[in-house]
Amino acid sequence: MATALPLDLARPRRTGAAGILLLLALAYGLVPLLGTGYLFEAILTPFLALALAGLGLNLLTGYAGLLSLGSAAFMAVGAYAAFNLSLRLPGLPLPATILLAGLVAAAVGAVAGLPALRLRGFYLAVSTLAVQFFVAWALNRIGWLSNDSPSGIVAAPRLEVAGLSFDDARGRYLFSLTVVAVLTFLAWRLVRSPTGRNLVAIRDHETAARIVGVKVARTKLLAFALSSFIVGIAGVLWAFAYLRTVEPAGFNLDRSFQILFIVIIGGLGTLRGAFLGAGFIVVLPLVLSRLGAAALGDGFDSGTLEMVQRIVLGALIVAVLIREPAGLAALLDRALNHALRRVRPRS
Amino acid sequence: MSGLPHRAAPFGRPAPSRPLVPDAAAPRRRARASQDRILTVEGLSLGFGGAVAFAGIDLAVAAGEIHAIIGPNGAGKSSLINAISGLYAPQAGRVRIGEASFARVPAGRLAALGVARTFQNLALFKSLNVVENILSGLAGARRAGLAAHVLGLPAARREAAEHRTRAEAVIDLLQLGAFRARAAGSLPYGLQKRVELARALVAKPRLLLLDEPMAGMSAAEKAEMSGFILAARETFGTAIVLIEHDIGVVMRLSDTITVLDHGRRIATGTPTEIQANPAVIAAYLGADDEEDETEGEVKAA
Ligand SMILES: Nc1ncnc2c1ncn2[C@@H]1O[C@H](COP(=O)(O)OP(=O)(O)O)[C@@H](O)[C@H]1O
Ligand SMILES: [Mg+2]
Repeated sequence: MATALPLDLARPRRTGAAGILLLLALAYGLVPLLGTGYLFEAILTPFLALALAGLGLNLLTGYAGLLSLGSAAFMAVGAYAAFNLSLRLPGLPLPATILLAGLVAAAVGAVAGLPALRLRGFYLAVSTLAVQFFVAWALNRIGWLSNDSPSGIVAAPRLEVAGLSFDDARGRYLFSLTVVAVLTFLAWRLVRSPTGRNLVAIRDHETAARIVGVKVARTKLLAFALSSFIVGIAGVLWAFAYLRTVEPAGFNLDRSFQILFIVIIGGLGTLRGAFLGAGFIVVLPLVLSRLGAAALGDGFDSGTLEMVQRIVLGALIVAVLIREPAGLAALLDRALNHALRRVRPRS
Repeated sequence: MSGLPHRAAPFGRPAPSRPLVPDAAAPRRRARASQDRILTVEGLSLGFGGAVAFAGIDLAVAAGEIHAIIGPNGAGKSSLINAISGLYAPQAGRVRIGEASFARVPAGRLAALGVARTFQNLALFKSLNVVENILSGLAGARRAGLAAHVLGLPAARREAAEHRTRAEAVIDLLQLGAFRARAAGSLPYGLQKRVELARALVAKPRLLLLDEPMAGMSAAEKAEMSGFILAARETFGTAIVLIEHDIGVVMRLSDTITVLDHGRRIATGTPTEIQANPAVIAAYLGADDEEDETEGEVKAA
């Protein structure tokens, strides 16, 4: 995980900005026009929530080099905080609910980050695992958090902002898209700021970082807080926009690993990596089930799919770690640079 | 040559009482030393378990002085610099930096104290590019908060612009312009050493600690690096503590030289004095048979 991860693209900035504008135009213009309910509900909305979670984890693990296996716990904190806020403060507008839920997750994240002041690598990962189990335990034991619902499953509130309803499939997609776009922009500003530089400095050489005046302890806690803020809001989207229920099972350890895999496959220490990794994770089962059905016919049931999916994912992660530690983002950059060189032979 | 110790006592305090800045020194330098001494090390001792890294070290560095620390491998030079910069906790003695005096220097406050350093083994942020590495040398000088930077408020924008100007000045001084967008880890060794010097210099430190900045360099690269070190002193008025094995380089650059051997200070003086010092000659000509020498140059490990 400590391999050199180039932050700056050789690609000219203007091409990058144009690419982003094009993507946004597609996502806001063309996709809502042409997309089907299935595309919004089963693919794009979970993709956005997972990409946002990956983005948050990447700040911590990719940029600051602090490994966390507790992402799902921070998603759960965000989701349950938002649920309780909307339940107990009915007048609170949804954006404020989401912001406050993110802040709650950030506070829990900062506390969960305290061991990072002493531990690193494997030991830190184990301590974040403890957070994962603690949060699951707390959600199970403290009925108040799920409004004393016997199953622990509660319905998410409707998505409404200023009288506008985002409750249908397209609306929930557009709502998620907007939250993700805003937070991605802020994360982009963050990683380009001196704080972003400090995160990487701590990852690359903690002693040197301390010597040049980086407040190492404070910056590590900040990394946990900022990461958990974003991951917590991803949890809100996962529960409110995708599942439409808030339930502990949506945030189990499998989810934590899924988000870690998104970051590894997509590319540690890059923002676009989270999107590439999430796209991959969401699309992979669909592709596999199509391929499986074509090859095996009816013999390819959901159990087989699950198993094949795990095997393929595991093999891919090993392959990525060995062959391309910088992930899909690096592959994409190389392809884009190649294409650009074709278009403009001498820049 | 008067006032130099003839031989370090094998045990006990190494240096007989004598002025730390030699009497042969030019009056100019002595005057400056008494006015603003930037670093004073008094009776500093450090051991690892049972092994002594250095013991009873005294050192005085005046503002703008280049003070070399030489001695065979394992003499305790790096450990001394690590103790001065707060990375090692000495068991006895004090370190005074400017007006502040410490039993253990707080490493996190080093930048605020106006001290910067480089490391014997490269300590760059290897995935950041050259400009970003140099900018990170200003981490301690940052005032605008995270929100100001993320939102692009005027204070943050001004600060970013000012820091960029300072980084560019150092890039010019050390001739790193051609590499500014390269990831530091992808540069050849000699350039990485230069980037590390740039990262230390950008903060305009009062005191710069350089641990073997020229190790493993060719003669031409050493000459270039020597030029950069002198330029740095000239431009920023920085006092420099320099660990270096190449005696020729040391003689050319230093105002003062301190010689360590087996964790003891066996001599301090001007280059001319040190060259004639019998204890130094003994230490360097194989008086102890563990070290092997090549014409006044102790090979780096
Ligand atoms: N972190 C450490 N732990 C244990 N021993 C150390 C450590 N650093 C240095 N030493 C020991 O202290 C002595 C002095 O080492 P060092 O300061 O690196 O010498 P120099 O820089 O002069 O070559 C050596 O015997 C070395 O093995
Ligand atoms: Mg050394």
